[in-house]
Amino acid sequence: MRLARVRGTVVATIKHPAYEGRTLLLCQPLGPDGRPKGDQVVAVDRVQAGEGDLVLILTEGNGVRQLVGPQAGPIRSLVVGIVDEVDLP
Amino acid sequence: MYLGRVIGTCVATVKYTGLEGYRLLVVEPVGEDGAPCGEPHVAVDATQAGPGELVFLVGSREAALACEPTFVPVDAAIVGIVDAVTVAGSPS
Repeated sequence: MRLARVRGTVVATIKHPAYEGRTLLLCQPLGPDGRPKGDQVVAVDRVQAGEGDLVLILTEGNGVRQLVGPQAGPIRSLVVGIVDEVDLP
Repeated sequence: MYLGRVIGTCVATVKYTGLEGYRLLVVEPVGEDGAPCGEPHVAVDATQAGPGELVFLVGSREAALACEPTFVPVDAAIVGIVDAVTVAGSPS
């Protein structure tokens, strides 16, 4: 999983049926120092995260199918947690 | 999954069985501001996207799942046409 900042939302009326009724969040992965690192990811929200939240994103299909179910279809990224604190002593 | 812009089409008459009937589009990954941020590549179109449209795509094995029921050899599929990307208080 990766730490990421929710940058905002992606709205798409025309989309694959697997995405019906699911909120899409645009997330910017972060490095351990909290700075943006890597390409932005569109992820299906599972935890009602909002803009600006520090979140955990899962970017692997098999994990998605375990959470969403075998009929998850072409979903590969999920927001699976809202992070309160990261401690790197 | 990632944002992309459709920048062209790709026609392949001879191709792997199962890919018949699927449009192939050339897409370029873009960031929230629409600026290119990756290598252009060819993706299967599952949503009838048109040239210049902002779309979102799925990669890897899940792209093949966008083309049910046959398991086709694709690793990028357009799965949505983006109406709006609302970022930190500035819709674009």
